Amino acid sequence: MELWFTERHTPNVKFSIKVDRQLYSGNSEFQRIDIFDSKEFGRFLTLDGYMMLTEKDEFIYHEMITHVPMAVHLNPKNILVIGAGDGGVVRELTRYSSVENIDLVEIDELVVEVSKKYLTTTACRFDDPRVHIFYEDGVKFIRRCEDKYDVIIVDSTDPFGPGEGLFTKEFYGSCFKALHEDGIMVNQHESPFYDEDAAAMQRSHKRIVESFPISKVYQAHIPTYPSGHWLFGFASKKYHPVNDFNGVKWSMQEIRTRYYNPRLHAGAFALPNYVEELLKDVE
Amino acid sequence: MALSQINAPIYEALRRFRRMRVVPFDVPGHKRGRGNMELTEFLGEECMSVDVNSMKPLDNLCHPVSVIKDAETLAAEAFGAANAFFMVGGTTSAVQSMIMYACKGGDKIIMPRNVHRSAINALILCDAVPVYVDPDVNNTLGIALGMSVSQVEKAIRENPDAKAIMVNNPTYYGICSDLKKITELAHKHNMLVLVDEAHGTHFYFGENFPVTAMAAGADIASVSMHKSGGSLTQSSFLLMGEKINSDYMRQVVNLTQTTSASYLLLSSLDISRKRLALSGREIFEKTVEMAEYARSEINSIGGYYAYSKELINGDSVYDFDVSKLSVFTLPIGLAGIEVYDLLRDEYDIQIEFGDIGNILAYISVGDRNRDIERLISAMSEIKRRFGKSETGLLTHEYINPIVAETPRKAFYGDKKSLPLDESAGYICSEFVMCYPPGIPILAPGELITDEIIQYIKYAKEKGCSMTGTEDINIEHLNVLI
Repeated sequence: MELWFTERHTPNVKFSIKVDRQLYSGNSEFQRIDIFDSKEFGRFLTLDGYMMLTEKDEFIYHEMITHVPMAVHLNPKNILVIGAGDGGVVRELTRYSSVENIDLVEIDELVVEVSKKYLTTTACRFDDPRVHIFYEDGVKFIRRCEDKYDVIIVDSTDPFGPGEGLFTKEFYGSCFKALHEDGIMVNQHESPFYDEDAAAMQRSHKRIVESFPISKVYQAHIPTYPSGHWLFGFASKKYHPVNDFNGVKWSMQEIRTRYYNPRLHAGAFALPNYVEELLKDVE
Repeated sequence: MALSQINAPIYEALRRFRRMRVVPFDVPGHKRGRGNMELTEFLGEECMSVDVNSMKPLDNLCHPVSVIKDAETLAAEAFGAANAFFMVGGTTSAVQSMIMYACKGGDKIIMPRNVHRSAINALILCDAVPVYVDPDVNNTLGIALGMSVSQVEKAIRENPDAKAIMVNNPTYYGICSDLKKITELAHKHNMLVLVDEAHGTHFYFGENFPVTAMAAGADIASVSMHKSGGSLTQSSFLLMGEKINSDYMRQVVNLTQTTSASYLLLSSLDISRKRLALSGREIFEKTVEMAEYARSEINSIGGYYAYSKELINGDSVYDFDVSKLSVFTLPIGLAGIEVYDLLRDEYDIQIEFGDIGNILAYISVGDRNRDIERLISAMSEIKRRFGKSETGLLTHEYINPIVAETPRKAFYGDKKSLPLDESAGYICSEFVMCYPPGIPILAPGELITDEIIQYIKYAKEKGCSMTGTEDINIEHLNVLI
C-alpha cells in the first residue's frame, strides 16, 4: 500500500510526500485540519490541504521569522504574534529572557488544541507564564491596539482563506498604529518563484511599503513550501534590518539556533536580481 | 399536484427542457452557446444552455398561462400579494408600470421629491403631474427622511383630485414612513397607494423588520429582488393588492417591457423566491447580526456615526431598516464620497455609494465575517490616515425643488444649452443627479437656483459620479427657452 499527500504548487506542478499514517483529521469553523506522519519529513500539519509545517524543516521558518526582528530591536519586551497556532514562533520567543509579554492571536482554537496534542516539537511553550492566547480574528484584535508592541510577527497562512485579511493594507496600517515608535513588524511574505505566488508577494509588498517608512524583504530556503524559495517581510518605523543590527550583542544572549546566525542575518537580505526587480516594480 | 413554496416552476421547466435536448431552429442565434464559444467559456455552458426563447414548455412572460403563471402565483403567495408579476426590466420598469397604471395624461400623483429617477421618467412618459411633498430633512446628516403624515394630509387636502400617492419605503438609507397611516388616509380619499419598495425585499421574509407594503394594505409595490433577495441584476417583482386589475396591469407592463424576457432573469427570480420563502428568516437574521455588529464597531472607532433606530421620531422616521449600514462621515472631516473612493482605491473595498455626508455599505447573506472586519478596519485606518477637521464641508444633501413645469412639457419643450454658471433662473429640461443613489438634484421642469448650482459644483469637486445631463461633463445644462 502506498499513501501519498499531494499539494498542487501550481495547476501544473505537484509536490508529494509519502505518508506513513494519518493521525488526525477534523474540521473547525474555519478550515480542515490534518496531521500526518511521514518517513522523510516526520510529522506534518496541513490546513485545507496546504502544507503548514513539517518536523524536519519547521526550524528554518520559525527561526527566520522570529530571530531577525528580535536581533534588530534594541529592547524587545512586548511581542504580538498573529496566527502561529502551531506554537513554533512562541517557542522561539520564549528563549529570550528580556521578553516580558507575548500575546498570541489565533483565529482557530482547534489548531492550537490539535498542535498541543500532536505537534509537541512546536507547541511546547504555550504554558510559559508570559504567553497569553486570544482566539480572535487578527484584523479585529489589532484594530484596537495603539502604541503597544515592540515587535509584531505575522505568521499567516496564505492570502486566500481564513488568513486573507492578514495581507491587506488595513491590517498593515493597523499594525503600524499598534507598534511603538521604534517597532518592527515581520510577516510571512510568500514566494517569488511561481507566477501566482509572486503576484501575491508583490501585492503585499506594495501594501507594506505604503504603510511603513522602512520596508525590506529577506529570504530563506524552506524545502516543503512551493519552490522552496521563501520570503519574509521586515517593516519598521526606525531600525534598518542590516545597518542597525548588532550581531555580537545577539550572540551574547547564547540562543542556540540551527539555521539562523548573525552572518546569515545580513546575507538573507541580499536577494536575487529577479526578486529585487519584482519588489522594485511595486515600490 | 398542488404547488407549494418548495417548487420553482420556471426553474423546473428549464431543467426538464434541457434534458429534452431540443434542436434549436429559433432564437437566440448562439444556439446554446455553440455559436459563440468565447462568451460560452466566459459565462459557462450551463448558463448558455438555458438562455432560450419563450416557447410552449417554458411559457411566455407577455401572456403567461403555464409555468410562469404558476411561478407568479407562488411569488404572490410568498409576498402576501393578490398578484405578482416577474419583471425583467429592473425595478425601474416596475415603478413605471405602477405609475402608468394609476395615472394618465394630466392626472395628479402625490410623491416625495426624493424619488428615484424612474418615477419621474414615468411622469415624462404618461404626462402625469407630480405634486411633491417635501420630505422632512435631518439637518445633521443632511439626508431626506420619510413622508410625514401631516404633509401627506395637506397634499391630499390641496389636491383632492389626485389619483395616487407614491411612497419610498424604505429609502436608500433605510428610513421608513408610516405606511399604514398614509395608506388609510389615501384610501379614505380614493387614491391608490404605490410603494417603491426597491430596498425592502427582506421585509417580507425576515423577522422584526418594518411593515411591508402588502401588509400595510398598499395597492401596488415594486420590489428589487436583485438587491437583498439574491436574484440576478435587473430582475424584480411587481406586487398587487386585491383592488388592482392585474389583466390591465399586464397590458401596461407590456407597453414597455421586452417581448424576449431572459430566462436567466426569470429563473433567478423563481429560485430566489423559493430560497427566501424557505429560509429567509435565518438568512436575514444573519444579515442583521452582521450589520448590527459592524454598526457598533464603526461607532466605537469614533467620529463616524453609523445610525439606526435612534433616529425614529414617530413620523418622518417611523421605522428604520437595521439591515442597512449607513454611516455619516463628516465628523472625520471627509465627505462620504471621499471615504467611498478611499475604500476602493486604498483598500480594495467597493461599497454601494457615497454622497456628500454619508456612505452606505450593502450587507447581505453573501458577506463573510472576515470581510466585515476588513471594512471596519479600513474605515478605522481612513480616519487615522486621512481624517481632518470638519470645517469647510457642505452638509445638506437635499434641496427643496421649485417645480415650474410638468416633467413631460419640460423634457419635450424647446430648449437651449447654457453654461452651468449662467443657468440660474432658467427652468431645467433634464435630470442632474449623483448615481448612485440616483435621486435627482434637478428634474425636468424645475427652476435652477444659485444654491443648486453651488451644490452641483461641490458634488463634482468631491468626485461624485454625476449623470442625467446631455453634456456628460455637466458643464452645460439644457434649459427651456
